[in-house]
Amino acid sequence: MYVAVKGGEAAILATHERVAEARRGDAAVPEISVAQIREQQALACARVMNEGSLYDADLAALALKQAQGDVIEAAFLMRAYRTTLPRFGSSEPLDTAKMAIRRRVSATYKDLPGGQVLGPTYDYTHRLFDFALMDEGAPSVMVGPDPTTSGREGASGANASGVARVEPEHDGLHAPLDAHMPRVPDILGAEGLMEPEIAPEGDPRPFDLTREPVSFPADRDVRLQAMARGDEGFLLGLGYSVQRGFGGNHPFVGEIRVGEVSVEFVPEELGFAVDLGEITLTECQMVNQFAGSKDVPPQFTRGYGLAFGHSERKAMSMSLVDRALKAREFGEAAEYPAQQDEFVLYHSDNVEAAGFVEHLKLPHYVDFQGELELIRRIRREREARLAAEPETLPEAAE
Amino acid sequence: MSAVTADKTERQHWMAVLARASRPDIATLIGPSIPDHEVLKAPETGTVMVEGRAGGAGRRFNLGEATVTRCVVRLADGMIGFSYALGRDAGKARLAAILDARLQREEATSPLRRAVDDLAARQSAARELASRKAAATKVDFFTLVRGA
Repeated sequence: MYVAVKGGEAAILATHERVAEARRGDAAVPEISVAQIREQQALACARVMNEGSLYDADLAALALKQAQGDVIEAAFLMRAYRTTLPRFGSSEPLDTAKMAIRRRVSATYKDLPGGQVLGPTYDYTHRLFDFALMDEGAPSVMVGPDPTTSGREGASGANASGVARVEPEHDGLHAPLDAHMPRVPDILGAEGLMEPEIAPEGDPRPFDLTREPVSFPADRDVRLQAMARGDEGFLLGLGYSVQRGFGGNHPFVGEIRVGEVSVEFVPEELGFAVDLGEITLTECQMVNQFAGSKDVPPQFTRGYGLAFGHSERKAMSMSLVDRALKAREFGEAAEYPAQQDEFVLYHSDNVEAAGFVEHLKLPHYVDFQGELELIRRIRREREARLAAEPETLPEAAE
Repeated sequence: MSAVTADKTERQHWMAVLARASRPDIATLIGPSIPDHEVLKAPETGTVMVEGRAGGAGRRFNLGEATVTRCVVRLADGMIGFSYALGRDAGKARLAAILDARLQREEATSPLRRAVDDLAARQSAARELASRKAAATKVDFFTLVRGA
């Protein structure tokens, strides 16, 4: 049992001052603004929005500033703030087929309708430091191929200024992307080779784990909500475990798409859908093999991931674990952690996890005194017993 | 997408344009003098739970909430205007609600309606530019056949 302590007010006030100092760092260095974090650390903001379960890039940037870049602490701030807000209702379900695409890739189809659009990605960077970001005068390695690794093209690219880099050939006048880009699993679906994804009878309202207690086995809407707000690192580890054999799926990325999607909401007093603006989303559709069963012919099965902002690793990890958690539906043995909904859902929330792990550092003086007394008494009793029976064999008794 | 489509009314269209507009854009539309109005529901920030669908088309699930600010006003002529938009900008919400009220009385060719159309055109131009920039990263991958 946890017994609270009192006191320490002066020390606690002083620690708040130390936190403010530590957060500010060297006063000779200009202070970072929330707008700078929002614009220049957008991927960190996306993670805070996901794990804080609140889409608001300004607040995510503020949370990161206040938490000195501690993502979980920042997510905690988002969650705490959210509880102070009234909820107006639920949006219309997002239509990701109408996404304004900035990136869309598939590992299953080379030539797909609408094309492969790399967009902004680190996938094809060399992971060399770009010292230009540290020294504003230097040329950037992020523009054009790196001459040290790009062979002939790079070597011949040395220009008059001695900068051996090739500028991209595009002139910025490309035709816009197709307005409609079909979701890749739907292409397989048209052939009947893909597990269909259909809303259940009556298109029921989804379960909300922020308002009702979760019970197990948990349905897919509960699992997807838990993972959407779950820790990226935890889901990444579980997704990785699935790939390595602790879950038996080695899937293909059917599609990853990143872009903006409108959010529509029907206010009761208006009675029609109001477009609230756009949010940035990352969607991942994983294509998995499935041998089929007595009732189902062999087909591909789906894993689905959806996340706020540009959050590919999160969406991919979520889609791996989503598929693993469908084990029961497909009559597969749920032998591994990633296939067990209770394990995944109870441990994916990093605000809860951090709270329980970190509470261990708070004063536990009374509990510990109790344990200390107990162990001293047991030792006294043991010594007394040994003194009284010197001929017994203590090793066996241990 | 805020483009006018067959399934959207004119009012839905301008509300979408206003929701995407910055506060300075909206202040420009309203002009130097703000019309007399009564605030029926003061700007209020809350959340909307954003729903997704499993696989994009299947079972609904709760993705997470988004901040939304709303406001309701009534002009001197009795017209009631609403504003609902993502974010926490109370000033924008009030001005957008006033515009929504005014726009309901305006002819399609009025200067205000035209100004909203211009703003919508600027928004779609920005969207198109983003799409053109994305198109510059469109690739053709070649499959290399081993042992051929």
